[in-house]
Formats: sequence, structure tokens, C-alpha cells
Amino acid sequence: MNIAVLQFPGSNCDQDAFHLFASGLQLPTRMVWHKDTALGDADLVVVPGGFSYGDYLRCGAIARFSPVMRAVRDFAERGGLVLGICNGFQILCEAGLLPGALIRNTSLEYRCLTCDLAVADAGPAFNPGRLGARVRLPIGHGEGNYRIDQAGLAALEARGQILLRYVDNPNGALADIAGIRNEEGNVFGMMPHPDRAFERFHPSTDGTRVARAVLAARFPEFARPSA
Amino acid sequence: MTGVPPTGSSFSLYRFVKIKVFVTPKKNVLDPQGVAVGHALQSLGLQSLQGTRVGKLIELEVAEADTPEFRARLDRLCRDLLSNPVIEDYHYEVGAG
Repeated sequence: MNIAVLQFPGSNCDQDAFHLFASGLQLPTRMVWHKDTALGDADLVVVPGGFSYGDYLRCGAIARFSPVMRAVRDFAERGGLVLGICNGFQILCEAGLLPGALIRNTSLEYRCLTCDLAVADAGPAFNPGRLGARVRLPIGHGEGNYRIDQAGLAALEARGQILLRYVDNPNGALADIAGIRNEEGNVFGMMPHPDRAFERFHPSTDGTRVARAVLAARFPEFARPSA
Repeated sequence: MTGVPPTGSSFSLYRFVKIKVFVTPKKNVLDPQGVAVGHALQSLGLQSLQGTRVGKLIELEVAEADTPEFRARLDRLCRDLLSNPVIEDYHYEVGAG
């Protein structure tokens, strides 16, 4: 099991994501620079949070064209597991690996708080039975307002692609959506930060369970409760 | 800026064009920034205001002739990078350089 964490100019949660998988889950984890064209032997690619390319043009719009993203696209098309957190979620939407888009929060404010999230039934690995009805994770973003057209939303609902919903919507996201997966079930994106919720001094430790649920989508050994 | 004609092409086709690409939030997509700016305009006395949308203007200068092939390329660039078709519309004006 090898975890690859991407680094773009302006990523600032790359170390948090590294630490979640390397220390929190005790898995071999390494960084991959945005100019790299190969992901090596990665089993999970993490697209971390931050402000890649200064959020110029639109959040994630320029990172999408980084050399490494071609490798991520090939990896995802072969069924490889990809997790985008915050800016990583925005990048995956811009890249078309996840449907929809993230726009400015309705309040126009940068929202930084710990959120209660209702776990949706998104398949055998990610559901309330496995994760509990709710998890608590921090958010920190100005553009987390998820948008998709009516047909797209209906498809997300019908296929169980919604992972998490805000209990108290902080950003105006359509249908309270905080995270989704692709139809095939190997690409995950969420605005909340599991990478800021796994140490005892963090506001919650639910991030570990959420990360394990993502891994369990392809690697059933992670479906077992952690020791 | 001085354009040097590439070999084999006629100088008359070779010029700079200036392009203005306008990117706006789609009509049916919430525009929080537009709403906020609209409120401010109303508070400044523009009671007749019926709507506000905030978009972007991107100006390009390109050493190309304005041909259908070039416009097709420009459309592709607008769709792939300059706008996000999920949430935004675009149009552009091509003017002589």
C-alpha cells in the first residue's frame, strides 16, 4: 500500500495529508511534485488542499493542466483511487474527474470551523453503518459552494455518489453537499479536511475513519476497524 | 510589438489580433458576488436595479490572423481553461491589433 500526495505551487495542506497517511494510518507515503509525469507504484493519490497557483482564474483551473494531472487522469481511468481534499476537490472537478463545480460561498466569507457532517450511503465502503450517522471534520474555504445542474444532482442522488452533507450548511452548497465520489467509485472529493482531524489535539479524530473508508473502496482490509 | 511574417505565409494574413474574452456566471447559477454587489448598488440609490452579475474580462494579444480555424482554437481554449462550462458562459470580441 503506497500513498502519493501531490504538491502544487500553493498547496498548503500537503504536509497535513502526508501526516494523516504516514503517521495517522502508518502507511508508506511520499510526495509527488506537480512537474512529475509518473505516479510510480501509488495505490492512492491524494490531491491536497491549499491555493494551487494562487487560485488564479478559478480555484483548481490551472493545476488541472499540471504535468502530473495527466498521470492522475490515466491512473483514475485505470480504476486507481484518488482523494481530493478542499482545493484538491476543486482541482478534480475542474479536471472533469468529478462532476460539478465549486463556487464562492454564499456569504462571500472564508469559512473556517469544525462541521457536523451527515454520512450518506455511498456504497459498501462509505456509509453510515461503517462510519456512523455523523462525522465531525474541519473546513476552511472561501469557494466550497457545490454546484451542479438538476440532471447532474439527480444522478448523484440516484447513484449514491454523495458522501457527506453539511448538517448546518456553511457555504450554500446545493443539497448541503460536502463531498462526492465519481460513478465508478474510485475518485473521491470533499471540502472538509480529514487531514486536520486525526491527532488528539485536533478538534476531532474522525479523519482517520474517513480516510480508511476511502481506502476501503478498493482495499477491503481497510473496512475492518483500526486497531 | 513587431510581427515577423513566417516563411511561406502571406504578410497580409499575418497580423496581431486583440481578443476580449468575457466570462460570466451562467444565468441559472447562483452568483454570490453579484448579489452582494447588487445590494451595495441599491444602497447607493440604484433602486431600479433588476440584476447584477459579476464576471471576468480576459484580454489577449495574439500574432494570428482571424480565421475560422483560429476561432475554433480560441473556442476550445475558452471551454478548457478560460471558463468552466459547468458554471460559466463566455463570449469574445476579436478586434484588429
